[in-house]
Amino acid sequence: MRGRTARRLVGSAMTGVTYGAAALAILPLAAILGMLILKGAGSVDWNFFTKSAVPVGEPGGGFAHAIVGTLIIVGLACAVGVPIGVATGIFLAEFGGGRFGFTIRFVADVLNGVPSIVIGIFAWTWLVKPMGHFSALAGGCALAVILVPILARTTEEMVRLVPNSLREAALALGYPRWRTSLQVVARTAGAGIVTGCLVAVARVAGETAPLLFTALGNEFFSTRLLGPMAALPLQVYVYAVGPYDEWHRQAWAGALVLIVLVLALSLVARAVVRAKRQHA
Amino acid sequence: MTDIPATVLEPEAGPQPTAEERWRALKTVSPGDVVYRTVLTVFALLLPLVLVTIALELGVNAWPAVSKFGFGFLTHSTWDPVRGEFGALPLIVGTLYSSLVALVIAVPLALACAIFLTEFAPRWLRAPVATLIELLAAVPSVIYGLWGIFVLIPLLRDHFWPVARHALSWLPIFSGVFYGPSVLAGGVILSIMVLPYIAAVSREVLLAVPPSQREAGLALGATRWETVWTVILPYGRAGIIGAVILGLGRALGETMAVTMVIGNRHEVSASLLQPGYTIAAAIANEFSEAVSDMHLSALFLVGAVLFLITIVVNAVARVLVWRVARGSAVGSTAI
Repeated sequence: MRGRTARRLVGSAMTGVTYGAAALAILPLAAILGMLILKGAGSVDWNFFTKSAVPVGEPGGGFAHAIVGTLIIVGLACAVGVPIGVATGIFLAEFGGGRFGFTIRFVADVLNGVPSIVIGIFAWTWLVKPMGHFSALAGGCALAVILVPILARTTEEMVRLVPNSLREAALALGYPRWRTSLQVVARTAGAGIVTGCLVAVARVAGETAPLLFTALGNEFFSTRLLGPMAALPLQVYVYAVGPYDEWHRQAWAGALVLIVLVLALSLVARAVVRAKRQHA
Repeated sequence: MTDIPATVLEPEAGPQPTAEERWRALKTVSPGDVVYRTVLTVFALLLPLVLVTIALELGVNAWPAVSKFGFGFLTHSTWDPVRGEFGALPLIVGTLYSSLVALVIAVPLALACAIFLTEFAPRWLRAPVATLIELLAAVPSVIYGLWGIFVLIPLLRDHFWPVARHALSWLPIFSGVFYGPSVLAGGVILSIMVLPYIAAVSREVLLAVPPSQREAGLALGATRWETVWTVILPYGRAGIIGAVILGLGRALGETMAVTMVIGNRHEVSASLLQPGYTIAAAIANEFSEAVSDMHLSALFLVGAVLFLITIVVNAVARVLVWRVARGSAVGSTAI
């Protein structure tokens, strides 16, 4: 047995090591945010939000087409994915006790782990290949496939937080189960479910890989759902790997706007979830 | 004493329902319930349907490449779209190699973070630090890539390597000239990206260790660190392994950031300093510009390989994590 002092020393040293590790883990976040502000903030101006891309060499290009494109594609993803995700989540919480529920839960978690690029291929074979052209619709559907499992699991958790006494009260008053579930349980969990949507949207809004060969990207302003459409992360990618300094400058600016959007969504969602959990 | 009216004692005059009839009336479900449950079930069934469809689509479209190249597809390293020869060895090796580098860097750090957050940090510091680490997971992949190209690669090339070269260049994994885009850069970026997943799931696993275990360790006279090392970590071992495997799954399938920094060259090299390629990066770069049907089919086949690996990895991870924290949504909430 080692001496007491030695053991204490090892204990203190390892405590110090964990402090250091935590600091080191946070360092990249600070470095990335700092760099984005340093390199991007100067380029986020009025033109950035109101103009679309211009040919290389011309001044005053912006990201308007990409921002609008992202809003449309994410909107499509929500239109397709939110009903499925929420319904699956309610199913898991209300009827998911048995073997079938277990399977669905497992599939949701596995689907959540499928690489987003593979989901892009899936959307390509189902929507791009048969229609013969790239489209925002295909991009939206690809994002919906990513959104559904996340939303289903958050919704499930939020519905489970609803106290059983509320369910029992409604049933005792003679409500059938479906009305109890929809008008009492789901409504009580409503804020939580909306939060789940925010989490899922924050996650898919930054996705690039599934859009590469579905929405494809577009240098021009377009709102056609059946044609190629630009998106913020896609545009950042194209500009980042491109050869021009002007593109790089705009990529930083686009990335800054993207991260502000995504971090704001996830921070709001996190705060609401935390409050809910403590409340329950 | 007053007479109780007969109607109170026997509210229903006339024939009484039999026990069986009453039982049936109680069991009757409202038609709305049946509809409601059916609709929800149909929605829930969409998830396995999508998973199966993805598998089928990949299999069907990859079939031409499977029948032409067979098993050699996995062991050859020529990738020549023009001549129509495809071997995926560099992609598979690159994917595994960069993920391995990521885990080597991220696992000790993530575990230390999880221990910090559950055992050593003062209470007021736990929630903010946990949130900051989880925010790392919210940063979009493409932003990691952008940062990798313009900050990390110059940092590694101009500051890390000139200093580290003298100590490391005798190692085969650090041989050759270092230009920047490399497996090393890909691995480092990946390690930053998977750290929050491993840390968050490990943290939930450690939180699920019963307090009695911790108290027993301390009561036997162990220091706090000894309790962590000899009691808490072994108790949560399965879950922690699950967390690491979950991180591996993320690293294997990660696309954009890796594509932007790994150099994208179809070559097998033992050196971390040389460019490499991953399955996801190859699909991202070549899919929409495939030159022939066979090229496309080969990309489907590597996609199918990636899909299979990640499915197995994720399934194993979930089972391990669930075993420790049964029934809770550990992992899902963190992610």
